[in-house]
Amino acid sequence: MKTSRTTLRTRGGLSFRLDPRALTVVALLLLIALAASIALIGTGDFSIPPGDVLRTLLEGGDARQEFIVTELRLPRVLVGLLVGGSLGLAGALFQSISRNPLGSPDVLGLGQGSTAGALVVIVLFSGGATQVALGALVGGLVTGLAIYLLAWKQGVHGYRLVLVGIGVSAVVTAVNGYLLTKADIVDATRAVVWMTGSLNGRDWEQVRPLLALWAVLVPLVLGQSRALRVTEMGDDVAYALGVRVERVRLLLMVSAVLLTAGATAAAGPVGFVALTAPQLARRTILPRRRGSAGAAPLGPHLMTSMVMGATLLVVADWASQQLFGADQLPVGVVTGVLGGGYLLWLLVTERRAGRI
Amino acid sequence: MTTGPMTTGAVTTGPGTRPDTNDLRSMVNRLSASDVTLAYDQRVIAEQLSVEIPDHSFTVIVGPNACGKSTLLRALSRMLKPSRGQVLLDGQVIQTLPAKRVARTLGLLPQSAIAPDGITVGDLVGRGRYPHQGLLRQWSEQDERVVRESMAHTGVAELADRYVDELSGGQRQRVWIAMALAQQTPLLLLDEPTTYLDIQHQIDVLDLCAELHEQQGRTLVAVLHDLNHAARYATHLIALRDGRVVAEGAPKDVVTAELVEEVFGLRCQIIDDPETGTPLVVPAARTARARAARRLDTAAGAAAGASVTGAS
Repeated sequence: MKTSRTTLRTRGGLSFRLDPRALTVVALLLLIALAASIALIGTGDFSIPPGDVLRTLLEGGDARQEFIVTELRLPRVLVGLLVGGSLGLAGALFQSISRNPLGSPDVLGLGQGSTAGALVVIVLFSGGATQVALGALVGGLVTGLAIYLLAWKQGVHGYRLVLVGIGVSAVVTAVNGYLLTKADIVDATRAVVWMTGSLNGRDWEQVRPLLALWAVLVPLVLGQSRALRVTEMGDDVAYALGVRVERVRLLLMVSAVLLTAGATAAAGPVGFVALTAPQLARRTILPRRRGSAGAAPLGPHLMTSMVMGATLLVVADWASQQLFGADQLPVGVVTGVLGGGYLLWLLVTERRAGRI
Repeated sequence: MTTGPMTTGAVTTGPGTRPDTNDLRSMVNRLSASDVTLAYDQRVIAEQLSVEIPDHSFTVIVGPNACGKSTLLRALSRMLKPSRGQVLLDGQVIQTLPAKRVARTLGLLPQSAIAPDGITVGDLVGRGRYPHQGLLRQWSEQDERVVRESMAHTGVAELADRYVDELSGGQRQRVWIAMALAQQTPLLLLDEPTTYLDIQHQIDVLDLCAELHEQQGRTLVAVLHDLNHAARYATHLIALRDGRVVAEGAPKDVVTAELVEEVFGLRCQIIDDPETGTPLVVPAARTARARAARRLDTAAGAAAGASVTGAS
């Protein structure tokens, strides 16, 4: 029987199924992410060749290089990887739960919710960076809760989730617009920079909470991936197979909201990574079938989406620094352009395939 | 296929020798609903409904549209929690049992099954093994063997590498049944397994169900639309109307002209099926039914007139 997965069995009766193609993709993406990270650490007003970066990271270098690498640029790159990974994973979760490639946190309004939280802190209280991050976190969580409650009717289902999310997103965007008009010019500038999503000036303060979030959520979420895969066959089938659908869905939605809110609190609403990464991950893993252009292939591919998100973000950040110079262009602009272009391509292929 | 009936006891109890008291009954058969009220939101579908699924039977639930037959099946398979009363599996309230344990005892093939885009037949059938698996036991040799046997049994083994969305409706239904078989449950519930199939594939699927019942000793419960199919294949028939059980028992005892008229509101003759000897419903000709309807109308009109006069 042909299957995309290989099986490992131990003598004690343990067995594991692995997807060699997915593992290959994950390994390649990690290599790319590593290369981009090293290049990114070397890039800036004071540029360092990749060899020196590696030596400084592994053995330590001269004091100046060591300061620039470990205190300034390494944490920034780590924030990029963690934020990208969080968004990729959250996007994969939401798209699987809503059974819709558009069901990503950007479209559902979670990014806007975090923005509202941040704007309230910036405009009304003129709060500092930590308060802004907290505001963004709270804003994202409240929005996630609102979407869940509004979409809940004997369980949360795909289309309702997406439609409610779009509605909530519109409302929150209006609130954000109002808050911006109330702001004085200094606050408004700060707010707009935050709203673009940027890795500039991020340090260990942002790395630690994200790492803590990952330590809890990533194993939890990956442990549910088999149940999530079964849920894609419809709630009734999943129930019949012994998945407590609503519980799994609630757990994964809460995790996805936390991941999105945490990522947004750290770097601002970096657009379209959550939408793009899971789709790219699926399409890289499975070869396109004859006669089904644009069909979304099998399974939620959580791990691959996560690594894809991390890679996308650091590569985008590196590209923006190469093209426009250090700290000139926030990474959110690059991901927005790439992601928007990707979204258009997705819509066009879906239309050709007759699905929309 | 090595899967045999996993139940002991209750073998001697047929529908005929069933004791009358409720609590005894639920101890006898593995699956039953006692005094359940079934409702979606506020819309009540059935009240105080009690149903017993005889072990090792091929039970078919029939009734007109919206009589609550699919709702009853959902309740029996713990998709729908009764607002009152309880569904018992092996003597315990089904909602209190661990989800995976129920899934190893009772399988359901719903109408709403979605084949994920780009899944192969082998992979889909393999997903039926979910309740037997865990994080550290993701794909055992037994899983592989059972999946192979399930596909062989439903005649889809040669389709194993095909994509599900390329198959015909009949083949697809066989694949879904194979998935439910791979779950290896002694009880299997099927919600209208023949809907949308042409007549040849309908018979094909029902023959398969009969085989599963006879050769493997599984207890099957199916909701069917076609009364003649039900009469032919069922060993136990439950006729529902407006959320009540109107009659239950062996098809030859249950399917009578009076019952069909009572349950479906259709005048008919019952003759012996020339192939199987089971009851065959032959609806009365249009003219005969029209005449009967006129008679009824006149009677009803007269009654209504009488009550109006009485009230004034």
